[in-house]
Amino acid sequence: MATQESPPPGTSSAMRNAFGTVLSALILLLIGVLAFSIRLFSVIKYESVIHEFDPYFNYRVTQFLSKNGIYEFWNWFDDRTWYPLGRVIGGTVYPGLTLTAGTIWWALNAINIPLSVETVCVFTAPVFSAFASWATYLLTKEVKGSGAGLAAAALLAMVPSYISRSVAGSYDNEAVAIFALIFTFYLYIKTLNTGSLFYATLNALAYFYMVCSWGGYTFIINLIPMHVLLCIVTGRYSPRLYIAYAPLVVLGTLLAALVPVVGFNAVLTSEHFASFLVFIIIHVVALVYYIKGLLSPKMFKVAVTLVVSIGMVVCLIVVAVLVALVASSPTGGWSGRSLSLLDPTYASKYIPIIASVSEHQPPTWPSYFMDINVLAFLVPAGIIACFSPLSDASSFVVLYIVMSVYFSGVMVRLMLVLAPAACIMSGIALSQAFDVFTASIKYQLGRSSNSKDDAEDNTSTNNAPKDDSSSGKIDKGEEVAKERSSKKGKKKEREPADKPSVKSKIAKKRALVLPLEASIVALLLLIMLGAFYVIHCVWAAAEAYSAPSIVLTSQSRDGLHVFDDFRESYAWLSHNTDVDDKVASWWDYGYQTTAMANRTVIVDNNTWNNTHIATVGTAMSSPEKAAWEIFNSLDVKYVLVVFGGLIGYPSDDINKFLWMVRIGGGVFPHIKEADYLRDGNYRIDSEATPTMLNCLMYKLSYYRFVETDGKGYDRVRRTEIGKKNFKLTHFEEVFTSHHWMVRIYKLKPQKNRIRGKAKKLKLKTSSGLDSKPVKKNPWI
Amino acid sequence: MMNLSRSVALISLFLLPFLSSSFSVDNPTDRRVLVLLDDLSLKSSHSTFFNTLKSRGFDLDFKSADDSKLALQRYGQYLYDGLIIFAPSTERFGGSLDSKSVADFVDSGRDLILSADTSASDLIRGIATECGVDFDEDSSAMVIDHSSFSVSDGDHTLIAADDLVKSDVILGKSKIEAPVLFRGVAHSLNPTNNLVLKVLSASPSAYSANPTSKLSSPPQLTGSAISLVSVMQARNNARVVISGSLQLFSDRLFRSGAQKSGSPDKYEKSGNEQFVTELSKWVFHERGHLKAGSLVHHRVGETDEPAIYRIKDDLEFSVEILEWSGKSWEPYVADDVQVQFYMMSPYVLKTLSTDKKGLFHTSFKVPDVYGVFQFKVEYEKLGYTTLSLSKQIPVRPYRHNEYERFIPTAYPYYGACFTTMAGFFVFSFVYLYHK
Repeated sequence: MATQESPPPGTSSAMRNAFGTVLSALILLLIGVLAFSIRLFSVIKYESVIHEFDPYFNYRVTQFLSKNGIYEFWNWFDDRTWYPLGRVIGGTVYPGLTLTAGTIWWALNAINIPLSVETVCVFTAPVFSAFASWATYLLTKEVKGSGAGLAAAALLAMVPSYISRSVAGSYDNEAVAIFALIFTFYLYIKTLNTGSLFYATLNALAYFYMVCSWGGYTFIINLIPMHVLLCIVTGRYSPRLYIAYAPLVVLGTLLAALVPVVGFNAVLTSEHFASFLVFIIIHVVALVYYIKGLLSPKMFKVAVTLVVSIGMVVCLIVVAVLVALVASSPTGGWSGRSLSLLDPTYASKYIPIIASVSEHQPPTWPSYFMDINVLAFLVPAGIIACFSPLSDASSFVVLYIVMSVYFSGVMVRLMLVLAPAACIMSGIALSQAFDVFTASIKYQLGRSSNSKDDAEDNTSTNNAPKDDSSSGKIDKGEEVAKERSSKKGKKKEREPADKPSVKSKIAKKRALVLPLEASIVALLLLIMLGAFYVIHCVWAAAEAYSAPSIVLTSQSRDGLHVFDDFRESYAWLSHNTDVDDKVASWWDYGYQTTAMANRTVIVDNNTWNNTHIATVGTAMSSPEKAAWEIFNSLDVKYVLVVFGGLIGYPSDDINKFLWMVRIGGGVFPHIKEADYLRDGNYRIDSEATPTMLNCLMYKLSYYRFVETDGKGYDRVRRTEIGKKNFKLTHFEEVFTSHHWMVRIYKLKPQKNRIRGKAKKLKLKTSSGLDSKPVKKNPWI
Repeated sequence: MMNLSRSVALISLFLLPFLSSSFSVDNPTDRRVLVLLDDLSLKSSHSTFFNTLKSRGFDLDFKSADDSKLALQRYGQYLYDGLIIFAPSTERFGGSLDSKSVADFVDSGRDLILSADTSASDLIRGIATECGVDFDEDSSAMVIDHSSFSVSDGDHTLIAADDLVKSDVILGKSKIEAPVLFRGVAHSLNPTNNLVLKVLSASPSAYSANPTSKLSSPPQLTGSAISLVSVMQARNNARVVISGSLQLFSDRLFRSGAQKSGSPDKYEKSGNEQFVTELSKWVFHERGHLKAGSLVHHRVGETDEPAIYRIKDDLEFSVEILEWSGKSWEPYVADDVQVQFYMMSPYVLKTLSTDKKGLFHTSFKVPDVYGVFQFKVEYEKLGYTTLSLSKQIPVRPYRHNEYERFIPTAYPYYGACFTTMAGFFVFSFVYLYHK
């Protein structure tokens, strides 16, 4: 931004601007390198693998795409998941991430860089986080100048919340979606500032990419209309606003409808209705402004009443139609996940399958500090900075932060949306603070010795060029500033976003001249704050968020322990079972089983069919025989359970079990949660209910567990188990991993014969007869 | 040279199972039968029965039930295809044989004829219980019938039973006219057990009690709940005959005349010989053994089996079913074989038509539902071996370019689109350049 603010042209200032541009470019490049490399801890500490659950599905889809091409991918009917229903992958997946990685892989191969698909997938997220920080720079630059832009980009490059979703190997939709989100916002602001139809079109394309990438696109299509409405209400309507908004809605909706997974949802579900409503309103407002220009004030008053009444009628009709449409659909047109955003208690009340996912839970306070750290303190300062002065662009960022704070309070997962907003705000705050302090120092020093103008140039970190130019202006005194501001005043119609801020900044700086010592101390404190942030971020990236979760480690006295049980058991499955065998497990492990073991699963992490999941939940909560019948009816051969009791792995199936009961009971009412609880407590010790001790999940988890230590002490629940010695009648253990984390059971085949009922009596007598001679034998 | 000898060794290794066991999928009739007797005199007193078996080509190996060298298998290979236990009084088998090894013998798909008698031992009862047949717990009880006994003897424990199961497969095509004479112990079946079947039931007036003592309490087993001879076909198609009477198989009852009390019909010979012979044909898989080829399906007009179907495809389905006649495989003829197109529940259920040469076929349209389907042929017919075949096939929805591109009913909408576009163009032109 230094170039725009340049005082009358001169060789030294031109040099200085050129230097500033090069410096910012260099800083941006370094920020990109930082963003990429801070995410490589997972590869260095562990290995280059895909992480967690969903990324495995994305990886599998990408493999399919790279092998079969885009049309096969589009029409892919996957018969290896959700047996026997199958899943139409092409029509139910957000293809953005897959297509992106597939294109990267294809392009690299085309220029003879033979990377494997897995490598490309692993490194997609770090690459895109570099893009995201550059997009943040662009967006913040549009709002508050390039100094703030650089600061925001640097903050975003290492914000822990974003790192948690974009470390190398975390190959999930969010990896590319955050970049798309920020870039869409940037293009919207750019259009708003320039009024260019070119940027408006680009904006629609960026929005299309976002729709392709992540379901979070509804955030955009609700936030932008809200901002437009805000501008209209506060009397900031301008043709630029119209150009920024109207093409986005029309083109964006058309493009969104092209994505198979969205399709007609783009016009049918209520998440999108806000944009249409605002679309109508902006037209009404535009018409009003147009007529106002045509008519005399007197006539205009008459026209206003006319237009307003007609507009009201039209709006009412539209609203009525919408309400009728929405009311006619069972959930009121809102999908469950969106409803839980508006009413945070909705999901846990009505949709256990949504509430059961930990990332759909509201966050705790410490998680804010963990995920955005010092940004939480800088955000309010940034908001204040945005209000002096309030432009269209800065009002958008303020709206963005407010909304994202609300949504992050509803769902942990949406902390990710908050992070860019917090970074932008903090970047603005930091940059403004640095502006003030360095300008004060410069002013104070300049007052003491006018000659040492340029000596302090490099003390300011990020925004050296700007400080120089602005402080230079201050030196020149009031008259220049006045002249410039009047000049800018004329231009205001065209570039209102930048200029008023510049003007007021100058005025403010004159007022905000702080004492030299205070400025220096404050500057040092700010740098320390930044240093703490960096330390925290590096720690978070290295320790907290780089574990791939398929390999676990634990540090103990006798060194590092590695728990590689998951891959061990998936490898066992793929080597020891038939290709068409069906494996049942709780849905968490569905994606991994299909991707790593290549076996058909009953349910997986794409929780599209509640009944099917409830069936598996019911089987897990039923006694052995009933469970066998359910599994047999689904042609299941193997049952896989995850058990952490031996090594103390807390997110095992016993801890998830109540959700299975709830989800199962939601569809099959004979499963009642109360039967599994003793006085409202969930326990597996000797106080547990008989239903609990006899259900399949308990038996499969604790079968032969007592043989490990003789007592059956569960390290997760910190208690001895209730039922220790029991036998399985309908299942047989075929595999237990090294640390007992994964246990695989096989369904026994149906008995060849059915025994008669008088069995007991016969056995008693015959054993009596048998045992006598056996006992006698030694004596004879 | 090395190669040759190695390949010979390899071939013989593959052939070994076929050479050592004549009982195989291709030739289901048993050949080697072990006969266990508690009294070797039974060999002569039941010689007619054994001779009919021998004349049909069975290789009978008579052993005393307490022979110390008794063994059903050696080196993991079964030595026999069938087992006849005519040793009701044996408490313990000799050698390695016990109740469990007999059950394992059945579970390996081999057949068994078990005959108890009054005062049958617990061992025999135990084996029967393993097969789902419960003998009367009172060990001295016999079946007594005061209304349908055999007149020739005048003894009310010699039952003249004619309540036979109506199945040509089990009892042969020619009807057994004469009543079957029976003297022995009653047994009952669990009605929920669908593997066992009464072949010879007692009349409604029969009951089970000790004939020598006075009846102090009502008998446990009465009427037609009493089964005299039962068969069991296990899930692996092993067949078992369980009889409550050893005399049923004896030469004496084979030859004796039969007249049911209160019935004017007098027969020269009892129905025993025909009954036992036909039953032994069934139990040793000379009859009622079905074999199915693989399930064949393809789209109409094609011959190759596709890897996946599309919804609403037309397909043809066929399966070959053959029946073992005792010597060769003959085409099976029936009009009740059905195929299911199944995904959690049958979406299509069609009866197959046969060409009388063993090929059953039909054609149908794939339902408008996608998922992983199965072709299922579940054929369970009384007396026949169970056929349970399934083959998995996925069904996919339409591809993106398999829908109609233009729908006739939507032409007004296409028209509206294009006129709007043209109108907008004209309007812009006029608006911009008029004045």
